[in-house]
Amino acid sequence: MAEVLKTRQALTGNEAFAYAMKQINPDVVAAYPITPATEIVQIFSKYVADGEVDTEFVAVESEHSAMSACIGAAAAGARVMTGTASQGLALMHEMLYIASALRLPIVLAEVNRALSAPINIHCDHSDTMGSRDAGWIQIYCENANEGYHSLIQAVKIAETVNLPVMVTLDGFIISHGMEVVETLETDAVRDYLGKRKPLYNVLDYENPIMVGPLDLTDYYFEHKRQQIEAMKKAKSVIEEVITDYNKRFGFDFPVFAEAYRMEDAEYAILSMSSAAGTMKEAVDIMREKGEKVGLVRLKVFRPFPYEVLQELFKNVKAIGVMDRSDSVNTMGGPVFNEVRSALYDLSSRPKIMNFVFGLGGRDFPLKDALYIINRVKELKEGKTLDFVEYVGVRE
Amino acid sequence: MADNFSLSLKELARRNVSLAPGHRACAGCPFPAIIRMTLSASDNPVVVANATGCMEVTTSIFPFGSWPVPWIHSAFENAAATISGVEAAYKALVRKGIISADKKIKFIAFGGDGGTYDIGLQSLSGAVERGHNFLYILYDNEGYMNTGIQRSSSTPYGASTTTSPAGKVLPGKLQHKKPIVDIMAAHGIPYVAQASVSHWNDYVKKVRKALSIEGPTFIAVYSPCVPGWGYPENKSIEVAKIAVESGFWPLYEVENGYYKINYRPRNPIPIEEFVKSQARFAHLINYPEAIEELKRFIEERWKFLEFMEKRREIEGVKENV
Repeated sequence: MAEVLKTRQALTGNEAFAYAMKQINPDVVAAYPITPATEIVQIFSKYVADGEVDTEFVAVESEHSAMSACIGAAAAGARVMTGTASQGLALMHEMLYIASALRLPIVLAEVNRALSAPINIHCDHSDTMGSRDAGWIQIYCENANEGYHSLIQAVKIAETVNLPVMVTLDGFIISHGMEVVETLETDAVRDYLGKRKPLYNVLDYENPIMVGPLDLTDYYFEHKRQQIEAMKKAKSVIEEVITDYNKRFGFDFPVFAEAYRMEDAEYAILSMSSAAGTMKEAVDIMREKGEKVGLVRLKVFRPFPYEVLQELFKNVKAIGVMDRSDSVNTMGGPVFNEVRSALYDLSSRPKIMNFVFGLGGRDFPLKDALYIINRVKELKEGKTLDFVEYVGVRE
Repeated sequence: MADNFSLSLKELARRNVSLAPGHRACAGCPFPAIIRMTLSASDNPVVVANATGCMEVTTSIFPFGSWPVPWIHSAFENAAATISGVEAAYKALVRKGIISADKKIKFIAFGGDGGTYDIGLQSLSGAVERGHNFLYILYDNEGYMNTGIQRSSSTPYGASTTTSPAGKVLPGKLQHKKPIVDIMAAHGIPYVAQASVSHWNDYVKKVRKALSIEGPTFIAVYSPCVPGWGYPENKSIEVAKIAVESGFWPLYEVENGYYKINYRPRNPIPIEEFVKSQARFAHLINYPEAIEELKRFIEERWKFLEFMEKRREIEGVKENV
């Protein structure tokens, strides 16, 4: 295969998302601005104004209408994208379920931000975790580079399995932080993606279809069952797409999760998104001290790659799971609960506890990362601890 | 009056782009006739978006569908936003040469008064402001009939519904209908009209006129409800006719900001006839002041329409037929 030309550019997370969208050149983008994702829409509007894309940009009056217009456009056979954050995603909530159940391959560039109240514009994962059962594939990225490439991969994944995909970056920390992004040539992106080939569409008036009919007790369950099966299928599709992408373009992006210094780890941390960067440094420090600790960065949260986690954690004695949101259910965050459930069937079940951190953009410094590792070490050594701890909060 | 938009009854019947039989609309419900007239009126292929509501639930029960044209339903409050996405896709795919521009597709959204006056007003306002090329048809049955006859902001003053019940101290709903057609006209869109299922020729003409115009257009069509209003199931057209003849539901249109009253009842039927024709107003026999209030409302509406219609005359602008 011919060498693919890559360019190293200094981009913020939002710029990386918008740049990927420009190269993808979707048929329709319907979006509404919201901090900290506003720039995605703004930058993309400029591409439209300058004729750098031939996308039909629909500047809707709300996120609810953004997702509604995306649904209409995707049902019409278009390749469709949008971007949002926080309250915007919450306002889309109703339509997220409809997009996925209608099996529409919409791709959403999401910037993680805390949900109100109290109103807050900074990063946590309460927004996308609130959408975790909406039937969307969810890919949480560590940095702008991974966000850029994941957004391109997301189009391929979505259109292969006919499910919508949201790709997320941490608000401000990544969306507004500048870093090096290795971009592909536009032609390479467009050749890779080709044109969308929808199975059906509502513009084909010679073969009329009805999208979104009333589905009662006699069929609803079967249709939901098919949707669940599609999400199962998404696992192999995600694996194929990312593996192929890595091979084609010369990268080594992890598929579902990144294992960091896990080879001989006796205990481990599970983290997502940008906090994994800090945690990697903490793991390095502890490793230098002779501690056999590793990190698993969970990247794909939907579908939930429980088999991968079972394999990665089968030999560890204790795990600390980090959650950047809380389920307010008195038993920790969503990542913790699902990871703990996934490991229940292991023959030697590790001890596991939850660290909720960084709500509303609270900084996650190295000392907190080291604290978490030390707590998990204590857990491994047999100390009895509460199974949920809140790190970095005044109590 | 000769014009470019009328369609003879014979031609309409010949076209007969119809809903497939077996839909579950109530006996006597007039919206199947509205759908039939609308689809038959178009000279072009049509794609329909439908808001959640009676029309959607009765014509799409899986695996049976009644629509002979491509149709999409996504939710209650967003028929306009959904069709705006379909229309945007059409524009983009034609521009990119993915689909042919030879046959111009017309985009039509149908919503009831709940999906239009109330929960869907924002998305409708947004879609027409953006200038999408589509016709929005409000079938106005003056209440949330699908959920069991609750008040909407279209329910007339004095009507009893399950959330504005007539009681010992209240005469049913205490607010008048919102002037939805004027609200849409205020958006400055090229064509807005009010029609009634009882006046098929006027309705078909308005649909054809709206579909001939580039840009967003809006038609409110009166669609009486047998169980919601309480009248015999063979009387829907008659009740709609009384609404027009009594002046309660004027037939008018607003073209590029110019109002035109399309029909003036020569000998207006008293509003009492309209009220007496429906069980939802039965209690008003004990509330003569409510009837007076309805009369005042009608007078006010007509004063407004007559005043607005004068604009063309004042400016000397000829009618565009």
